[in-house]
Amino acid sequence: MDNDRGLDRKYAVPELIGNPDDLLIVCGLAGASKDIAHLTNDGDNIFTMAGAMGGATAMGLGLALSRPDKQVLVVTGDGELLMNIGTLATVGILKPSNLSILCVDNGHYGETGYQESHTQRGVNLELIAQGSAIPVTRTVSIEEHIDEAKTLIRDSNGPSFILLRVSTEPPPVIKRSMDASERKTAFRRALLGEP
Amino acid sequence: MSDYGGKQAWQEELYDLLRSNQVNLFCYVPDGGHKTLINKSIEDPDVISVPLTTEEEGVAMCAGCHLGGTKSVLLMQSSGVGNCVNMFALLKNGQFPFVTLITMRGEFGEMNPWQIPMGQGVQPVVEAMGMHCLRAEIPSEVTETVQAALNMAYKSNQAVAVLLTQKLIGAKPF
Repeated sequence: MDNDRGLDRKYAVPELIGNPDDLLIVCGLAGASKDIAHLTNDGDNIFTMAGAMGGATAMGLGLALSRPDKQVLVVTGDGELLMNIGTLATVGILKPSNLSILCVDNGHYGETGYQESHTQRGVNLELIAQGSAIPVTRTVSIEEHIDEAKTLIRDSNGPSFILLRVSTEPPPVIKRSMDASERKTAFRRALLGEP
Repeated sequence: MSDYGGKQAWQEELYDLLRSNQVNLFCYVPDGGHKTLINKSIEDPDVISVPLTTEEEGVAMCAGCHLGGTKSVLLMQSSGVGNCVNMFALLKNGQFPFVTLITMRGEFGEMNPWQIPMGQGVQPVVEAMGMHCLRAEIPSEVTETVQAALNMAYKSNQAVAVLLTQKLIGAKPF
């Protein structure tokens, strides 16, 4: 366990995002979904997962391309992103200006017993995002980095990639809906006014 | 260069059918059998044309498109189905409408043995993941079958794979 590698996610994720009401948010499984379900009280502007590992960034990309009038945020973890790291390259060639990716990097697979991930062993996801032609990237590992990154999440000159290095403190506890069909319908009703 | 994947009348009609059904995003891993659809999507100023690094991305991307109200299609080769299997869970759990057009390899007249295992696996795999599987064997079946898939997807929230069979497309010289 390593609690010196970054911020406490229960503090840093809400600080970075601020009021989430103006965002459409797609969350990868496990900690990222818990962070955002807790922040929004499982709101209708979020789509969370508890499976389909590796799909969050591509799903958010599809949403961003579909709705260029809305700011879309993907919240993912280091393990989830690593499973389909090539999606960063797809983001990088398309460059949707309304897409931001927040990777909550705790260096571990929290759901399965906190085994070390590749980022704990030297892999730098911000550099991979840069190499994937994503034009705006930042690493946030101390509190002083938060304010600038917070503005980048809503910046229309995206896509942007924010690597938030956090400790292994667990995500918040939240009872969220696991019914993806119901959540999909609620999301569409809120955004489109139809099921 | 062979004419494998070269222009045939049904491919033009298929593109027009997809566009007349308001399919506005095409995603794909480059594929000879889908060459006409891919190229037409790139040339169409009203379409978002997305090259993927793996077909699995396209499954999640199409689900994201539906969240935003856009109809989409994933174009892939039979081998790509194997890259998608766990992501199909997203479609089933979310009851997302989904259409993928799959150019088949590893069946009728295949000359590359490496294509055969996944080619044989496509239909059982997609059906095991809760998707419908429709086949088009001859040119006259293509638009009717794809229209049926679009109706099942966007009227009944189903995930549908349309197999554009090797008999339809022809075996790639190898």
